Amino acid sequence: MISLAHLLTLSAILFAVAVAGIFLNRKNVILLLMCVELVLLAANFNFIAFARYLGDLQGQVFVFFILTVAAAEAAIGLAILVVLFRERRSINVEDLDTLKG
Amino acid sequence: MLIEGLYFLFAAILVLAALGVILARNPVYSALLLVLCFFTSAAIWLLLEAEFLAVVLVLVYVGAVMVLFLFVVMMLDINLAELRHGFTRFAALGVVTALAVIVEIAGVVWVRGFGLDLAAGAASQPAGYSNTLELGTLLYTRYAYPFELAAMLLLVAIVAAITLTMRRRPGLKQQDVSAQVATRAADRVRLVRMDADTKQ
Repeated sequence: MISLAHLLTLSAILFAVAVAGIFLNRKNVILLLMCVELVLLAANFNFIAFARYLGDLQGQVFVFFILTVAAAEAAIGLAILVVLFRERRSINVEDLDTLKG
Repeated sequence: MLIEGLYFLFAAILVLAALGVILARNPVYSALLLVLCFFTSAAIWLLLEAEFLAVVLVLVYVGAVMVLFLFVVMMLDINLAELRHGFTRFAALGVVTALAVIVEIAGVVWVRGFGLDLAAGAASQPAGYSNTLELGTLLYTRYAYPFELAAMLLLVAIVAAITLTMRRRPGLKQQDVSAQVATRAADRVRLVRMDADTKQ
């Protein structure tokens, strides 16, 4: 049988891969957004796994809301990216130094 | 046995596709591999009897969000060589962090077990059980207000995305609807009284 531990480990691996992706692709905003999507997918895996193994459907309701928020985040993130590219002709994170932070 | 085999097959595909997403040379390949990630995740969610969410994941993520990603990736003229420069600079740190995360979470999960029997599988739902019906019942009763808030959030996201990307180019001819609606007959039509011409 697939056990809860198998699922949580898979979600941990997915999360770790996404975090490593943020380290590797730290200059490319598009890849950073994709890595955030992977992190959210890993979180959703945990919710679905616990919903199944605790027999409680509310975990799936939360996945529903996370999907909603992630879709909104992707839409606004990509809109900001397009505006940024129009201004700077680049999506390199290192070029975003207007605020001198 | 079949379900475990499918689970491990899908899990392997999922992890490999996720690795492909972060390692691919071209962002288009990354986006396409992310689509594969979402498809395999939907398959695993089907194995976990979350049928509605599996379908939603394919429809919303693959159908809408990833298409948006692909649009943007293909629309922007990106200098890939510059973005790839220094790719491996923090690679060692990233790999160490990733391995630490995996070891920590897996250690906690396999040792503690959250009071659940780790080796046991969950009981299958009886025949005739509808995941969509149960989820909908919960969503429209107990979670009705959060559901409305989620709808509101999507509306705000639409407005924000459109206002961010809309650009007013000079010289562009467009309607000014409020001016059109606010206009009065007196502003538009001028009645001129003139005598009829008489034949010479």
